Amino acid sequence: MDSALASIQRVADAVWEVPSTTRPGMRVPVRIFATEPLLRDMDDAVFAQAANVATLPGIVGASCVMPDAHWGYGFPIGGVAAIDPATGVISPGGIGFDINCGMRLVVTDLTLEEVQPRLHELVDTLFRRVPAGVGSSGFLKLSDDEFREVLVEGARWCVRRGYGTAEDLARTEESGCFAGADPSTVSVRAITRGQNQIGTLGSGNHYLEIQVVRPEHVADAALAARFGITRPNQIAVMFHCGSRGFGHQVASDYVQLFLHVMTTKYGLTIVDRELACAPFRSPEGQRYFAAMRCAANMSFANRQMILHRIREVFSDVFARDPAALGLRQVYDVAHNTAKLETHVVDAVERELLVHRKGATRAFGPGMAGVPREYQETGQPVIIGGSMETGSYLLTGVASGAMGFYSSAHGSGRTMSRTKAKRQFHGRELQRTLETRGIYIRSVSYAGLAEEAGAAYKDIDAVVDATERAGLSRRVARLVPIGNIKG
Amino acid sequence: MAYEYLADGVTSDVSFRARAPDLDGLFAAAADATTNLMVRSLDSIAPAVSIPITVRAEALDLLLLRFLEELVFYKDAQCLLLRAANVRVERDGAGHRASATLVGETIDPAKHELAADVKAVTLHGLAVRPVGAEWQAEVTVDV
Repeated sequence: MDSALASIQRVADAVWEVPSTTRPGMRVPVRIFATEPLLRDMDDAVFAQAANVATLPGIVGASCVMPDAHWGYGFPIGGVAAIDPATGVISPGGIGFDINCGMRLVVTDLTLEEVQPRLHELVDTLFRRVPAGVGSSGFLKLSDDEFREVLVEGARWCVRRGYGTAEDLARTEESGCFAGADPSTVSVRAITRGQNQIGTLGSGNHYLEIQVVRPEHVADAALAARFGITRPNQIAVMFHCGSRGFGHQVASDYVQLFLHVMTTKYGLTIVDRELACAPFRSPEGQRYFAAMRCAANMSFANRQMILHRIREVFSDVFARDPAALGLRQVYDVAHNTAKLETHVVDAVERELLVHRKGATRAFGPGMAGVPREYQETGQPVIIGGSMETGSYLLTGVASGAMGFYSSAHGSGRTMSRTKAKRQFHGRELQRTLETRGIYIRSVSYAGLAEEAGAAYKDIDAVVDATERAGLSRRVARLVPIGNIKG
Repeated sequence: MAYEYLADGVTSDVSFRARAPDLDGLFAAAADATTNLMVRSLDSIAPAVSIPITVRAEALDLLLLRFLEELVFYKDAQCLLLRAANVRVERDGAGHRASATLVGETIDPAKHELAADVKAVTLHGLAVRPVGAEWQAEVTVDV
């Protein structure tokens, strides 16, 4: 057992704290949002990593850990750290390599009864039209200058070119564009890697899923209706992807730069080099922040182009206009970012740089940054589960302040990919799931095996803990019937 | 095989251990371990394209990271699956230099059985060290 865990104290039903006195150098406590069983089953590395994060210069309040947390680079995945921008640091390890990896949820007016007879055709067509897997390229062929425009404008660029609607933007975090993105802070290598990847799903745990909302899975019908879920067995589409090779290159470039300057130029001592960082207000910190926002915008554009493809495919398969099919975006929300936000800490309102890595922003009702139509409900929070178990739509709540208005982002892995591949067989899994009504297409059977449901935590337990911890409130569970993986 | 994937490594991504009698062989083995994550059979990669590379770093572990990043870069930038030939790891002033010829071909899903998409080489547990009479490396890649 990690020593950080030995001193843990329960502070609320599903909230635990490891005091800042537990280890030398900790500036704040570690705050873990979890039920007792989830806490017991978390990797030891999570506690050690969260304690390391608690030593970062400028960290405020607590080093937070979401219920789905598991081991990550430097920060745990499911980690949140709010940093004083005037005195603190920015760390790519607190954001993740896949900058603005996120979720987008789209509802339709179609029901299971209408989609079931066409499910194979629908999934097969999506599989052909939404590139996935190793070395895949999108249909958008951009010049260097056009790609740089995308980096500045994000999903707005796509909508300006006819690949989406103003409503899509209104229902996207930051309206699909992080302000302050500066392509001059991005390497030529990053641009070369990402230029042809817009509109591609990627691989690993990225997916595109056809889902159904069964009446018994609606937890709050009034809230569900506000989010567009109004009919029994309604069909939705959820997808999970990020900034592809571009975001990874941005992160890799700046990790190496920060490794160099943090000691030689800024005299920063950190306990783990995976927490490589630079003072936020330093030239290097500001350059990374601007580059990170380019990657965030590339990711919004990526998900926007995938939505465009989804609309085309549904329109082709059902021979109706996407609007006539009721294809409407519910929300697009990031779970790998750092953002300047206003929070109240010790009764004082402060601007903080909130790192969320594998953690979904979950703003409650009335908060700035929540779309006008969700001001009363709180922001939709999308938690993606494994292809076997389903996903959840929740909403942000006023009680989320303890976690800097953040929530879980997925199930959280419990088994290594190598182990999962040895334990499960992709083809067999595909056949078994089809007998359970889930039709899957994957570029790689090995990749499919790695994503077996048993390699993940129980998503119901994660969502239960998220709700009990006061981070967000469940609206509906969405069950897969079709899935595309890289 | 001069490399193995570690089942008890990280949960989200993939760790491997490579070994060889010398650093040249170690870097080549680590390159194969990386590419073999992306394609099931290294033998399915024909030597149609050659790209000379040279990377530099002060420390050997960061040198290996930069060396492997070249494979990831060309996979995305030019859709190439590559192996490393003629690898040479040498001292370079106070640091080190690795040069090689990356040899391979354009990704073809009809020919190559594709697997995981390696997106980054990470610092997690990254190590290059002599163990007894051989060199060993441990690497975790983001997939």
